[in-house]
Amino acid sequence: MSAQQEAAQAVESYAGERYKYGFVTDVEADSAPPGLDQDTIRFISAKKGEPEWLLAWRLKAFERWLQMEDEEPTWAKLHYPPIDYQGACYYSAPKSDADRPKSLDEVDPELLKTYEKLGIPLQEQEMLAGVAVDAVFDSVSVATTFKDKLAELGIIFCSISEAVKEHPELVQRYLGSVVPYSDNFFATLNSAVFTDGSFVYVPKGVRCPMELSTYFRINAANTGQFERTLVIADEGSYVSYLEGCTAPMRDENQLHAAVVELIALDDAEIKYSTVQNWYPGDAEGRGGIYNFVTKRGACRGANAKISWTQVETGSAITWKYPSCILQGDNSVGEFYSIAITNNRQQADTGTKMIHMGRNTKSRIVSKGIAAGRSDSTYRGLVRIQPRAEGARNHTQCDSLLIGATCGAHTVPYIESRNPTARVEHEATTSKISEDQLFYCRQRGIDEEDAVALIVNGFCREVLQELPMEFAVEAQKLVAISLEGSVG
Amino acid sequence: MASRRTIPFDYPASGAIAAALPGAGLPWLDALRAEGRRLSADGLPSTRLEAWKYTSLAPLAALEFAAPAADSVAEADLGPDAFDAVDGPSLVFVNGRLSASHSRFDALPQGLRIVALAEGLADDPAQVEALVGGTAPLNGDPMAAFNAAFAADGCIVETEPGAEVQEPVRLRFVAAPGGEPLAYHPRVIVRAGAGSRLALVECHEGPGGAPSWSNPLVDVRVGEGAVLSHVKLQIEGEGAYHTALTKAALAGGAHYESHLLALGAGLARHEIHVRFDGEDADCQLRGGYMARGSQHVDNTTVIDHAVPHCESREVYKGVLDDTARGVFQGRIVVRKDAQKTDGHQLNRTLLLSPKAEIDTKPELEIYADDVKCSHGATAGEPEADQLFYLRSRGLDHRTALALIVEGFMGELLGEIGHEPVRAALAVRVADWIGDAV
Repeated sequence: MSAQQEAAQAVESYAGERYKYGFVTDVEADSAPPGLDQDTIRFISAKKGEPEWLLAWRLKAFERWLQMEDEEPTWAKLHYPPIDYQGACYYSAPKSDADRPKSLDEVDPELLKTYEKLGIPLQEQEMLAGVAVDAVFDSVSVATTFKDKLAELGIIFCSISEAVKEHPELVQRYLGSVVPYSDNFFATLNSAVFTDGSFVYVPKGVRCPMELSTYFRINAANTGQFERTLVIADEGSYVSYLEGCTAPMRDENQLHAAVVELIALDDAEIKYSTVQNWYPGDAEGRGGIYNFVTKRGACRGANAKISWTQVETGSAITWKYPSCILQGDNSVGEFYSIAITNNRQQADTGTKMIHMGRNTKSRIVSKGIAAGRSDSTYRGLVRIQPRAEGARNHTQCDSLLIGATCGAHTVPYIESRNPTARVEHEATTSKISEDQLFYCRQRGIDEEDAVALIVNGFCREVLQELPMEFAVEAQKLVAISLEGSVG
Repeated sequence: MASRRTIPFDYPASGAIAAALPGAGLPWLDALRAEGRRLSADGLPSTRLEAWKYTSLAPLAALEFAAPAADSVAEADLGPDAFDAVDGPSLVFVNGRLSASHSRFDALPQGLRIVALAEGLADDPAQVEALVGGTAPLNGDPMAAFNAAFAADGCIVETEPGAEVQEPVRLRFVAAPGGEPLAYHPRVIVRAGAGSRLALVECHEGPGGAPSWSNPLVDVRVGEGAVLSHVKLQIEGEGAYHTALTKAALAGGAHYESHLLALGAGLARHEIHVRFDGEDADCQLRGGYMARGSQHVDNTTVIDHAVPHCESREVYKGVLDDTARGVFQGRIVVRKDAQKTDGHQLNRTLLLSPKAEIDTKPELEIYADDVKCSHGATAGEPEADQLFYLRSRGLDHRTALALIVEGFMGELLGEIGHEPVRAALAVRVADWIGDAV
């Protein structure tokens, strides 16, 4: 039997496997009734005790969203039935919200169990990994660690609702300054109904001594998750932020429309890493998360740097384009991505690099791996504005196809309006060659390990950009995502 | 939504023109034209359509076109023929209609048949129906719909199986606008019989700044094992709009090569669709574009690998000066089961001025796993190293730059097999460079 036939068979056998992280925690949720109108937004705002300006901002966004009825993006290579926005629930918080826990001991034991199943024992992680965790269970942060240590350096790391209360001047100044409330259909919806998320502020000249991390969980059935994350790196500071997630198994499609805004001032650097492993739906594409995310960073100051690294293995549908606006002279944007799709998953992901300042540089490395009956699309924009003298971009997009029933697509947009800019784009599409497989196998490596080896090699450039804590996890995830899907 | 995807366009539409078109009254042709009118009634495609994202036809929509008179062919002085050193049959169309006095296509070599469309419709409509009736479904091609509705003339070029035609067939389209904006929609049908060889040279030209709109549709089928070389030179005046669509279908083992040199018109769009219908076929698309002033030149190509074992090579290179804007949209589709496809695409653009702009969108859409596909794109000013190398050998800046641009474009022209045709294009490139740098 040829390797190809075996691979095809293996894909079928994998289809029967269950999502490893599929389970539902039974925590009584304090939810808003399904549906979306002004009252829902007032309910969310009141529930969180928000100031008037934020409610006004939400309502403005909602007004705008209503006018955007026709503007739900259809250009992506994604197919899904129309979403019933009135059928979803826009607020769900763990019941214990009224009495927020001060320490882990006070956290609902059900939650702690959930984390344990996921293999993220918080207490151990605190001590062993040196990672401060702002764990998001559904929509409200339930545990924040290492806060005091960070506070000593003046670093603010908290939930965004807390930031609204404690640091309103910073939130008001930067919220919506990178992704305005009117930006796009999903971002506008998020602006109206966002429930929680993380807030990071690193003061001038401070190098954040540890990786900041948030684990997202989506729980209560029928709830859309609308996270809002805001990271601000003041002049000369540095921060590395990690975001990772898994979700319980469930049948109905869940909408997730998050917004992430990054702001890097003069000489600041933000490194934002994501490992996304939400429930992708079953082998027939039933269920699974709809992941419509707007992520954008602005290099406001000179010599600023923003680097996005993502490993996307989950979700039924991924619509995500982490972008960099390179305003400051000599600022740098980077995008490293691995997108793995299997079964019926669909991913349309990529980046935008907008070069505005002089001598701005960007680098894009995208690795797409499609197996089963999935579709993976790289869609990216590189725009050189007239003032961007000496700008440089290099883009490399490689796609790997496993099996004859999947699709891999590349849709780069390159717009250059400055002759001194140099823009280069390369893309290739191929499959794992029989030669490579044969070479490994004749040295005694079984086929599955050989494929994992080859795929890991294919992704290497991106994997090595991840912080150490994540790199190990991600490398395993790459292998697990393709488990059984290849010979 | 429909309204946002189109720009309202008050083209002197419907009944009156249709009645005056040659062949009016033939039921199949009336039906085709009615379908074209229906599909074009909403107007011109807007930039909200992904395929037209970078090219706005709003200025075209703002023009008020006069209905072309049935006998508008002026026996005008057509100016020098760009390919006068090239032998072979030639058809000359003035304002979209055949000018018999300028054309020579009697005494054709054996195996070659040429029919002018309007004449053919008058003499023997049945044979035209056989070729035109079944062509190109119109959906999704807004400009093809205009062509179907309003084509007044054009030609059929056909080779018998196994015929080897030595000299190229030349098609010259000349705009001779009077005072009012003028539009024409030539329809060209090319059928290369199995195992035949044919070369086709298209030239689109016109004087100065008077507004005109040329909307040709070239429908090509290359038979089994046939070889077709298709050269196009486009040098209309700056007042012209040129929106061309070439559709080529390749049978098994066929070879199709397209060589385009786009220099003219205020706004030009060259859209080429290639579809592989049979295995072991190959196609080469080579395009050069040079634009200056406020010219806008758009190259949009789609190569559809519908069957296995086919090869496509695509190279588009351009030079942009002043505030000119270039667009390249190249899509390669590899369908499910089109295994062993080999597709490569390259787009390179030299920007000579700080105000020039290039928008590039090379697209791969792949549904088969055992394929080799790649694309590449670069944009930027001429390499400082190259300039320095030449200047260190005593050349002044101007000469050095001209040499670099010539070398850059020369690579494309070198692929044209027919020497007089190649030379005629080389002269145009050299003239452009002489004026620019």
